[in-house]
Amino acid sequence: MSANGIGAPVRRKEDFRFITGQGQYTDDVVRPGETRAVFVRSPHAHAKIKSIDVSAARTMPGVIDVLTGAQLAGDKIGNLICGWMIHSKDGSPMKMSAHPALAAGKVNCVGDAVAVVIAESQAQGRDAAEKVKVDYEVLPAVVDPAKAQAKGAPQIHPDIPNNTIYQWHLGDQAAVKAAFDAASHVTTLDIINNRLVPNAMEPRAALAEYDAGTDNLTLWNTSQNPHVARLVISAFVGITPEHKLRVIAPDVGGGFGSKIFIYPEEVVCLWAARKVKRPVKWTADRSEAFLTDAHGRDHVTRAELALDASGKILALRAKTIANLGAYMSTFSSSVPTYLYATLLSGQYAIPSIYCEVDAVYTNTAPVDAYRGAGRPEATFVVERLIEVAARQMDLEPPELRRRNFIKNFPHQTPVIMAYDAGDYNASMKKAMEIADVKGFAKRKREAARNGKLRGLGYSTYIEACGIAPSQAVGSLGAGVGLWESAEVRVNPTGSVEILTGSHSHGQGHETTFAQLVSERLGIPFDSVSIVHGDTDKVQFGMGTYGSRSGAVGMSAIVKALDKIEAKAKKVAAFMMEAAEGDIEFKDGKFTVAGTDKSAAFGDVALNAYIAHKFTGAELEPGLKETSFYDPTNFTFPAGCHICELDIDIETGKVDIVNWTAVDDFGTVINPMIVEGQVHGGIAQGVGQALMEGAVYDQAGQLVTGSFMDYSMPHAHDLPSFHVGTTETKAPSNPLGMKGCGEAGAIASPAAVINAITDAIGSEDIAMPATANAVWSALQRAKAPKAA
Amino acid sequence: MATVSMTVNGKAVTGDVEPRTLLVQFLRENLRLTGTHVGCDTSQCGACVIHLDGIAAKACTTLALQCEGASITTIEGLAEPDGKLHPMQEAFREHHGLQCGYCTPGMIMSALDIVRRNGNNLDEHTIRDQLDGNICRCTGYHNIVKAIEAGAKAMAK
Repeated sequence: MSANGIGAPVRRKEDFRFITGQGQYTDDVVRPGETRAVFVRSPHAHAKIKSIDVSAARTMPGVIDVLTGAQLAGDKIGNLICGWMIHSKDGSPMKMSAHPALAAGKVNCVGDAVAVVIAESQAQGRDAAEKVKVDYEVLPAVVDPAKAQAKGAPQIHPDIPNNTIYQWHLGDQAAVKAAFDAASHVTTLDIINNRLVPNAMEPRAALAEYDAGTDNLTLWNTSQNPHVARLVISAFVGITPEHKLRVIAPDVGGGFGSKIFIYPEEVVCLWAARKVKRPVKWTADRSEAFLTDAHGRDHVTRAELALDASGKILALRAKTIANLGAYMSTFSSSVPTYLYATLLSGQYAIPSIYCEVDAVYTNTAPVDAYRGAGRPEATFVVERLIEVAARQMDLEPPELRRRNFIKNFPHQTPVIMAYDAGDYNASMKKAMEIADVKGFAKRKREAARNGKLRGLGYSTYIEACGIAPSQAVGSLGAGVGLWESAEVRVNPTGSVEILTGSHSHGQGHETTFAQLVSERLGIPFDSVSIVHGDTDKVQFGMGTYGSRSGAVGMSAIVKALDKIEAKAKKVAAFMMEAAEGDIEFKDGKFTVAGTDKSAAFGDVALNAYIAHKFTGAELEPGLKETSFYDPTNFTFPAGCHICELDIDIETGKVDIVNWTAVDDFGTVINPMIVEGQVHGGIAQGVGQALMEGAVYDQAGQLVTGSFMDYSMPHAHDLPSFHVGTTETKAPSNPLGMKGCGEAGAIASPAAVINAITDAIGSEDIAMPATANAVWSALQRAKAPKAA
Repeated sequence: MATVSMTVNGKAVTGDVEPRTLLVQFLRENLRLTGTHVGCDTSQCGACVIHLDGIAAKACTTLALQCEGASITTIEGLAEPDGKLHPMQEAFREHHGLQCGYCTPGMIMSALDIVRRNGNNLDEHTIRDQLDGNICRCTGYHNIVKAIEAGAKAMAK
């Protein structure tokens, strides 16, 4: 391993600009003549728009224009779309409502934009927005997914009965029923997977500029996948043809899924920029982010596990209602279906599984992928079921897991996925050692002497990452292929630029991708630059989500590097007057086998460009190669997280005293960055388990609409973490990588709740397990049961 | 419009602002010092922390006019004029105390104030407790805490 190669904890290239305040986020970009867009948003969750009067707003100082949904429709700007088709069990396609970027006629959630003010300054825009008069006829709202399908529930979209988007299922219902009928033990749980607000620290922003001379539009935005944004905005929304639109996602301050999606505001800024012929910028304030960023999770589930007397799992059954909010966001349909039910086998050999999912509209913000996307929900179901089953059957939870772990690979689950490699017992064993499970009983006694209830909870999770073979996702309804692209440009001086379709918004690609190239080409780490996030520079890319940029994005780079090496060998052969087959490449040097002739990588690069040693008929000058890599399978990161915590008996306050994570991510390029990803994921999962929850009141008002009301994890809410790895290589990609971005968020909620329920001796607790919730659960557990 | 004058990162600056202009807007829009960020509108996230006369303050809840005559330090003013990084900046890089970088300027400015208040030997509990005014969504704080502890020690050298 070289100092900066694969496996080294290289310090990040991108950090200098961030620690010196020189990052370039969308709101930092300023264009000449820039104006500000301020949106007029609905204060009602569900209402008819009877009229909009913009006349007073138009006369306010600094106002350039005020635009409404009627004008947007008049200009034939199309709807935002959901790009993943799901069919109901009766074969009918999902019911996608219209989703105009500015509402016309009706609003369906608080924060729905009905008009936009374009003004010289944000303050002037805000003043004017207050003068826009909207006459609403308020309608009853529904916010609870479990009530959305009820008879008499408010009808949100006129042509979609019972607010039901689809009624989907997966698995063999009859086989599962037979297994349950024969089971000696059945564990049943009712689970609410709480609704979360992603809250990347950089609020979403968009800056659109129109060049009248060329009729080109440029959009700077906070996107995890600028090419997909360009595709949707051109081909579906119809703002302008794809080749007339450039999308640039510069430094992006966190995403966690919420910046995958195509949002109304970027469409409106583009449309308005062309109308007012000046650049138009919008930057969300945090209140807007709470109201309009796609939220995550929000499932209501009944889950059952059937076991025989020896603790062998026979079958799993789940019925879930998934809340998708007022409109279907870009990939929302896939999250509670193919990213959820396909993971219900967990790490276990389960002969049969059946899952039904109803997706519903409610008068709330759209819900889509948030770190883990479906897989945290699946893991929570599986890991709560097995922990509770173990307790009910009087078995140690790790022992019940061990009896059911998949041990032979490849393993075909009954829910589509074919696991290709793993060693689940190895990660659990290592985690139990690090967590000192053997000493737990003693620590529990000591805690009790201090008035604390101590608990230990496990979560042995699995996820499907890489997202994924295009043919596979296409057969499941995806509207796009999910490959990745890379272009390797070797300059005449031997330095290298990598153009990647992956997008970094905190993951450190400028460092890890350069580590790969430096090791592979034997050139200095500092001679490699990574270019991403600009549709004018990178030809196409699918972006970063689903822990895919290592397994898929870096694999594309590997394929392009293979081509670079092959071409460079031809150039070297001409240079050294040798047969191409005799050229060897190692440590940045081309040698002729069996001789002392050699040429450095930089010399070969120069010769490729000056082309003095060969004619164009023999070999094309230049050294630049492109590859599109389509994986052959998902990857399956897996591992074991163990949470140890104390509960204060008097207050119910939970204090996490120890956290152990042992993950199998396959090949690790940079352990420092991987550990950082795990830390951040755990924090988000602990946030979900202990404090976070988006709450709407019955009128559809978002009660938790700011950081004062929505509890974000702070430094003092968390411990330091013990993080380790085990390794089985992913056989489906050339580097053996599996992906690490989501694991922490997937694993951790179940570990926390399993630890709390272990401590209090009752399964009667829901997320978020706030001090109040835990204290109440303790009182319920103490109360004598009614006869 | 009103005129406001202050010292920012050692340089005297003057600007015409609306009275309602926030310090963070003045820094970002008038002076184009965009290292100071805005992550919320309720003074909770700390992405906007700067030093006002040597003490940490949130620039999103300070009016520019309140800073008449004051001395402001932003993230851009921490490194030496020759480009040598402040030990706390170095510590954040060395200990991977940042991922997306958005909360980082505020974290570093708050970290320096924790050192000012508590000295150079900080324990984990003190750091975690006193970072209450800063939110990070990426790192889980683990490496931020390590960075601040190491940065504080390095500052004593």
